[in-house]
Order: sequence, then structure tokens, then C-alpha cells
Amino acid sequence: MKILAIDTSTEACSVAITIDGDSRERFELARQRHTELILPMIESLLAESGLNSINDIDVLAFGRGPGSFTGIRIGTGVVQGIALGSGLSVAPVSTLAAIAQGVYRQRQETRVLAAIDARMAEIYWGCYQVNEQGYMQAVQAEVVGKPDALPLPEQDDKSWYGAGSAWAAYEHDLSCISSEYLSAYDGSVLPHATDIAHLALDSIAKGELVTAENIEPVYLRNEVAWKKTR
Amino acid sequence: MRVLGIESSCDETGVAIYDGQDGLLGHVLYSQIKLHADYGGVVPELASRDHIRKTIPLINQLLSQTGLALSDLDGVAYTAGPGLVGALLVGASIGRSLAWTLGLPAIPVHHMEGHLLAPMLEAEPPAFPFIALLVSGGHSMLIQVDAVGQYQLLGDSVDDAVGEAFDKTAKMLGLPYPGGPELARLAEQGRPGHYTFPRPMTDRPGLDFSFSGLKTYALNTFNASSKGDQDKADIAHAFQEAVVETLAIKCRRALQQTGLQRLVVSGGVSANSRLRQRLDKLGADERARVYYPRLEFCTDNGAMIAYAGHLRLQAGQHADVEIEARPRWKLQELEAL
Repeated sequence: MKILAIDTSTEACSVAITIDGDSRERFELARQRHTELILPMIESLLAESGLNSINDIDVLAFGRGPGSFTGIRIGTGVVQGIALGSGLSVAPVSTLAAIAQGVYRQRQETRVLAAIDARMAEIYWGCYQVNEQGYMQAVQAEVVGKPDALPLPEQDDKSWYGAGSAWAAYEHDLSCISSEYLSAYDGSVLPHATDIAHLALDSIAKGELVTAENIEPVYLRNEVAWKKTR
Repeated sequence: MRVLGIESSCDETGVAIYDGQDGLLGHVLYSQIKLHADYGGVVPELASRDHIRKTIPLINQLLSQTGLALSDLDGVAYTAGPGLVGALLVGASIGRSLAWTLGLPAIPVHHMEGHLLAPMLEAEPPAFPFIALLVSGGHSMLIQVDAVGQYQLLGDSVDDAVGEAFDKTAKMLGLPYPGGPELARLAEQGRPGHYTFPRPMTDRPGLDFSFSGLKTYALNTFNASSKGDQDKADIAHAFQEAVVETLAIKCRRALQQTGLQRLVVSGGVSANSRLRQRLDKLGADERARVYYPRLEFCTDNGAMIAYAGHLRLQAGQHADVEIEARPRWKLQELEAL
């Protein structure tokens, strides 16, 4: 199974190709340069993986959000274009799940509170726990919310690990949660395409692939405009 | 050579395929007008969100309508700017990566060049050189077009664009969004000569436009009136006459100044029937021929992007693998063919 995964949902821009569990990744802190970097990164990684073209790939995966609105739309648009042109199916993967999966890969932490700074004093929030197959699973629905109004997991036994930009941006506001729930946290963790490629295997097993026409980003924040009151 | 064109710079998603031999093979458009109506104007984030939902289904619809497959294409053109950056990025990301996947060249197209060249899609297209009046919700420009890519800006708006002034005046009169066409409809009920509005910047030489003061003049007139239905219609009439006459005066100046005898009128406001009537008369007076796009290509559309992309591709111009979105991009920066 050959999977191509991309992620442009945060300040990072990353691409991964996984061939039968063996993963290669390009990862750069891109800041506004995702549009410049993404296709060349895919091209060079295909070549490095010994693949001739996109047609040698079996499944596409991408970070479907939450994250920067513009960022996740760039990733969505790129994957839509590639999926339309190639006919490949796509696994949309949560960027919060990708953060959790990355923590499991690097630190073997099995419970992760993934939190991305959503600006406007809010947080994109997801509680993840690894299953027997080694895939991070959401224990409750992802939300966007204020630091004092986030849905918390049942176990308040410091068995959780905090990861993602919100743990740095809202360090003070989240101090109650971190002292009760966390063993430790790292506010510098960003989603990686390699974890998105890995989670795509779970999507494939669950039959959650979509075609080009049904690829949609997940913003979580859906109140973005206010109607005139008069 | 067949080119797919994708337009997503503002509040319409348009896709089309243009063929060098057979002309326009098909085009599909989705307008977001209803989506933005409740907000009284285009909400950029909502526009971007709608483009990313609509573009792929529209391309599939276009392919099935034309009976073509992606493998029948020779290039993919997309609007790279100017426009709303988030909206532009949708068409650019999809268009560029689709071209990359198919191994085809991608052509980033200038939205205003698309509008300028839209009358070329008609049965009797204008020959170069010509004067172009570009009038829309975002632009009021007079341009001397010597050839594709050779554009001299003769006049520009110093404040509100024509369409913007139409929409804002309509809003002030309580007309539903988007007000421009509504205002034109209401103007038909207005009594000619009941009010006379100034013709901005016609008392001095030059080809620049200013419509912001006219909008204020309309507001003051409205506030001083009894605000009845007839008052509104009279104001709409006077406003439209002032805009149309101002545009006609500047077009006449541009024709006389350059000695050219062809005038192309394009952009959303070029659908205004009073404007067309007045400029046709101007054409007759000045012995100039006036060209318009068909009504459906006055507003944003994919056909003009496919056409402009085709011309540039044919001339060997296409871009590298970067996804280009240029919210600000001057026509004069374009390469000549």
C-alpha cells in the first residue's frame, strides 16, 4: 500500500509517502509559503521514494483541519486537484488526531489532549487515546471553545499528555486542566504528514475514503460572519 | 489546443473549456449572490468556503456536459488575481495541482485581462487596437489595448468603482442586495429631469473617475426628499443618468485622444442596458464600433479565463509549479504576447 499524505493546516508544511509501513517525510516551517512549497515537496519525495509519478500512489491523505482556514483550504484544494486528476481516493484526517498520533510515535504517550491555538481566545480541542492497533481515536467530538469551557475526559489521573500550540499560547488559562489531567505538555508539537499517512490506514480499514467531489475541510469554527440585525 | 479555465476570485465559481479550433466548448457558473445577500455584501471567508465546495462538482458537470475527459485537455488556466486572496487560493490550488497531476501546463490568468478579452468570445470580435472600458463592482478603468498583454491604463477610479457606487446607492434606497441591477430597474420608473446629479470629474481634462461624491449627492438628495417610492425612483434615475453620462464623456475623450475607433465595454456594469444604449449612441456619433460580451459573460465567468489562458498557452507562456495567488496585480505588469 502506497500512501501520499500532505498537511498545510498550520505554519508547518509537510508531505509524506508511506510504502508498506515505511515512511519518508518532508517537513518545513513554511509561514505563508505553503503554495510555493507543496507541489515541489511532493515531486521530490515521489522521486526519492523511487516512484515515477502520482499514478504509482494507491491512496491520498490530507490534514482536513482544524487549523488556519486558508491553510486547510490550500491542502484541501491541492488534494481535490490531485484526486480529480488521478482518480485516487482520499482519507481526510483530523489535524488534532495527527498531533496525537505524532506524540504516540515519538513518546509512546497513549492519551493525548491535542490543542491548537484557534485565535480569538479559543482553542481547537480533541481528546485522543490509542487503540489496540496503534491508531489514535477521538474519545469525544472535537470542538472549538474557550479554555474554561472545554469538554474534559473522564480520567483526571494525570494520564494525559498535552500537545499542540494552544498549550503554549494559553499556558496560563489552561493551568487548571494541566495540573489535574496532564503528566506533561509540549506546546511546540505540530501535525506531521507522516502521522496523517499512518492514520489513513485506519481510515482505509474503516472504509472512510472519499472521492474528489466529496473532499471537504473541517473548520470547527463555523460562525465566521454576522448578519445585519436591521 | 483545449484549455480548462477556473475562476474563483470573488463570489462566483466558474469553469469552462475553450478550444483553439472549435471555440468555447462549454461553461458552467455558480453564483454565491444568495449566500451573501443576508450580509449586504461579499463575506470573504464564506466566499472561500463555498468555492472549495463547488469547484470540483462544477468541473465534473462541465466534463459531462461537453462529453470530454480530463485527458482531452492541453492546459489548465486559473484566475491568479486580482481578487480576494482566500477565494483566489481555492481555484489556484485546485487548478495548479490538477495540471500537475495531468502533466499539463498551468496558466495563471489576470482576472481583468479575462474581462477585457471576453468580447473576443463573440461572433464578430473586435480587432486590435481598441479602447476598453472595464466597469464592475471592483473596477472602473479605461485602457488602451494594443494587443494581448499590451495595456496602457488611460483612466482609473480614484475612489469607489462604478458597480460599488451603484450597490451602495441602492442599499441607501433600501433595495435588496446586490443593488446595482435593482437600482437600474427602479430607474425606469423615475421621471427624467426631476433631479439632475453632477457628472463627476468631467469639468476638467483627464480620464480618471470618481463616483464616491455622486453616492453622497444621492444620499443628501434622498434625505432632503419625502422618501416616497417616486422619490426613490427619481433618485435612481438621476443617479444612473449621471453615471452613464460620465462614462460616455470619458469614453468619447478616450476615443478622441487616441484616434481609435473601437470601444470594448466589459465587466458586470456592462450588462446595464441604459449604459449600452448610451454608448451605442456615442459609437454612432463618433463613428466608432462598440463591442460588448454577451450578458452572461459580463459578470465573472470561467469562459474568459479559459480563453485568456488559451491565448497565453498558445504563445508558449505558462508557469512553474508554484500555486499563484496575487490579490493585487496590475494589468500593466502582464507580459505581451
